[in-house]
Amino acid sequence: MHWSDASEVTSALVAAGYLPDPAIAQVVFLADRLGKPILAEGPAGVGKTALALALSAATGRRLVRLQCYEGLDEAKALYEWNYHKQLLRLQTDEGKPWDDLQGDIFTEEFLLTRPLLEAIRSPDPIVLLIDEVDRVEVETEALLLEVLDSFQVSIPELGTISAVTEPIVVLTSNNTRELSEALKRRCLFLHVDYPTLDRERQILQSHLPELGPDFALRIAEVVQAIRDLPLRKPPSVSETIDWARTLVALGIEELETVPGDTLNVLLKYRSDIEKAAKELSADPPG
Amino acid sequence: MIGTLAGFVDELRAVGIPVSMVEALDAGHALGVVDIADRRAVQEALAATMVKNHRHRAAFDVAFDVYFGLTPAAGEPGTNAAATAQMLPTGAGGVGSGEGGESESHGDPSAEELADALVAALAGGDRAAMLDVVRRAVERLAGMEPGRPVGGRYYLYRVLRQLDVDRVRSRLLDEAGSGDGLDGRLRRRRVEASMDEFTKELRREIVRRLVADRGAAAVAKTLRRPLVEDLDLMHATREELAEIERMVRPLARKLAARLAQLRRHGRRGRLDVRRTIRRSLSHGGVLLDPKFKPPRRSKPELFMLCDVSGSMATFAKFTLQLVYAIAHQFSRVRSFAFIDALDEVTDYFTPEADFADALAALSREARIVWQDGHSDYGHSLAQFWEQYGADVTPRSTVIITGDARNNYRESGEWVLEQLASAARTVLWLNPEPRRYWNTGDSIMSAYRPHCDAVFEVRTLRQLERFVEAVALRASLAPAPV
Repeated sequence: MHWSDASEVTSALVAAGYLPDPAIAQVVFLADRLGKPILAEGPAGVGKTALALALSAATGRRLVRLQCYEGLDEAKALYEWNYHKQLLRLQTDEGKPWDDLQGDIFTEEFLLTRPLLEAIRSPDPIVLLIDEVDRVEVETEALLLEVLDSFQVSIPELGTISAVTEPIVVLTSNNTRELSEALKRRCLFLHVDYPTLDRERQILQSHLPELGPDFALRIAEVVQAIRDLPLRKPPSVSETIDWARTLVALGIEELETVPGDTLNVLLKYRSDIEKAAKELSADPPG
Repeated sequence: MIGTLAGFVDELRAVGIPVSMVEALDAGHALGVVDIADRRAVQEALAATMVKNHRHRAAFDVAFDVYFGLTPAAGEPGTNAAATAQMLPTGAGGVGSGEGGESESHGDPSAEELADALVAALAGGDRAAMLDVVRRAVERLAGMEPGRPVGGRYYLYRVLRQLDVDRVRSRLLDEAGSGDGLDGRLRRRRVEASMDEFTKELRREIVRRLVADRGAAAVAKTLRRPLVEDLDLMHATREELAEIERMVRPLARKLAARLAQLRRHGRRGRLDVRRTIRRSLSHGGVLLDPKFKPPRRSKPELFMLCDVSGSMATFAKFTLQLVYAIAHQFSRVRSFAFIDALDEVTDYFTPEADFADALAALSREARIVWQDGHSDYGHSLAQFWEQYGADVTPRSTVIITGDARNNYRESGEWVLEQLASAARTVLWLNPEPRRYWNTGDSIMSAYRPHCDAVFEVRTLRQLERFVEAVALRASLAPAPV
């Protein structure tokens, strides 16, 4: 199934509980049409991973997730031979001629599939999420290239395995390092930034329907004013939602001033909290 | 369309955005899929396929406006006959005029009338009315003449000056009310946002008309600006400095993360016999999987000596900011600021401190002025040697930042000679172009023989590379000049 334009993408994602801005919808639409992976980059907590989850929900595809970390290698990302099982097999077959054996132990039975191979071999269409790709070393990125390029994996003993169905691939990056040109070239680039005022209000309302539109707007506006300050860690969207929840839980329905003792929901550094409290002349933290 | 795309790709490359052949092809494919009449869609499609670094996006948007701005787009107000009819005055042509203030003047609205209309439009949040003011202001006030080879910026400032935007802003702020509370602050923020929006639209309108007059390629050339990381730190405008400022922090974070990774995953150390044998148990005693000890690295101790007089202060700030972001790569970082006297300022830069605050505090409190507040390298260096020279050991790296403009005073080069023999490395960063070194009161040549390396560091990109190289030490150091 393909979408016919970006607005269809928008409504599908909205139905899945994700509010895309026009740029996001457009890139998702292109990715679907051109069959290219999306590389979503941006500050932490603006909904990059959530986009993949929403895509999975909107299309009804299963989500296969590869969480990247330092030291991730082929054996953990692609596939691995089940050495112990192979050893057992050899021991039970003692005495058989060599030719019988060697064909046997390199078959799918002894293959441990890891997320990438699993994604490729999946019989039904999937969404493949490669999360925080900037955490792996530059050399490890090369592992991904074949998958991103042509949705296939080459295993020396078995040959090349190609994807049965075309997956939707989303890579996310927190931009802690520059990704390699080779990787970027294969992807559509999507910079996800903090939402605009109006979009943040809508996000708040979709998560907390009990918020009135005026109050939601007010919360969003305060958060955006806080993001203007030179902070070590500006509040993310998820923290905005948490803050709104906190306000609701405390029974606060209007923001004449910022309650200083709730700022620690929004900001995670002491110096940031002090700065925001001072600039917004909040009530002093209790 | 393909012709325009090819020209556009050339322009992107000229600005410094690397667009590969494959990416240009992808852009072509993308254009085949999106609705060409929807300008926003075309813009996002081209950006997604060709701009793979968010820092390049602003430059892309400028180029896009030049190359595709004229194509009237469905649903976008602002591209009406006035734009395509090449600067013929079409005063009355406009979307519904904003309420109040603005009489239906078909002829020539004066600058004041336009300013009034602008205030009304911005205060009322009426975007259509604002765009209408933009269009008429450009017609009326920019004084554009066909074929005149003047850059867009000139017209922009001309319009802004005649509209007296500072007054418009203060009128809006007055209307928003003062008040220190949250309300007042949020209202003021809204005013600033709407003013920014107005300036942006004004710039786009001017570009639109310039392109109609002179063609995309010619206009694009006048609008080209270096990317943020290539801006000259010494000659950046206030606007540009703000941009650089915004970039320094993520850059520092990135640098720190990268170095931490390199440190952990550098070359392997010696074989770790204990862990190798332990691992072998799961393979029936076969030594299948050798383990290595992490290599031991010595961490250098860093002495930063920064000239913080006048224009050097900004440079010192960016340098310190980057160095402190990777402070954990060094066993210790000590910083010293000087103008004509030197003082240790290490304590101002705690991990929690804000750099702008720290620098302000430092210039108030630290004893860095001795006589007249003009740079005196000789006195400052001598002071450093007297008070802290004993702390410099063969494990120390000394980095001096400054332009070596000494106001014709004594150079104190003997200190550098001493430092060179006491320290492991002495490096000098000079933010001036090399051809200005040793002109006027610059005495770079006096210090140069005693430094292990001297670098011309004029942009953020060069600065980042330098700091990284210092952290990684000699092996990856950029070629010294």
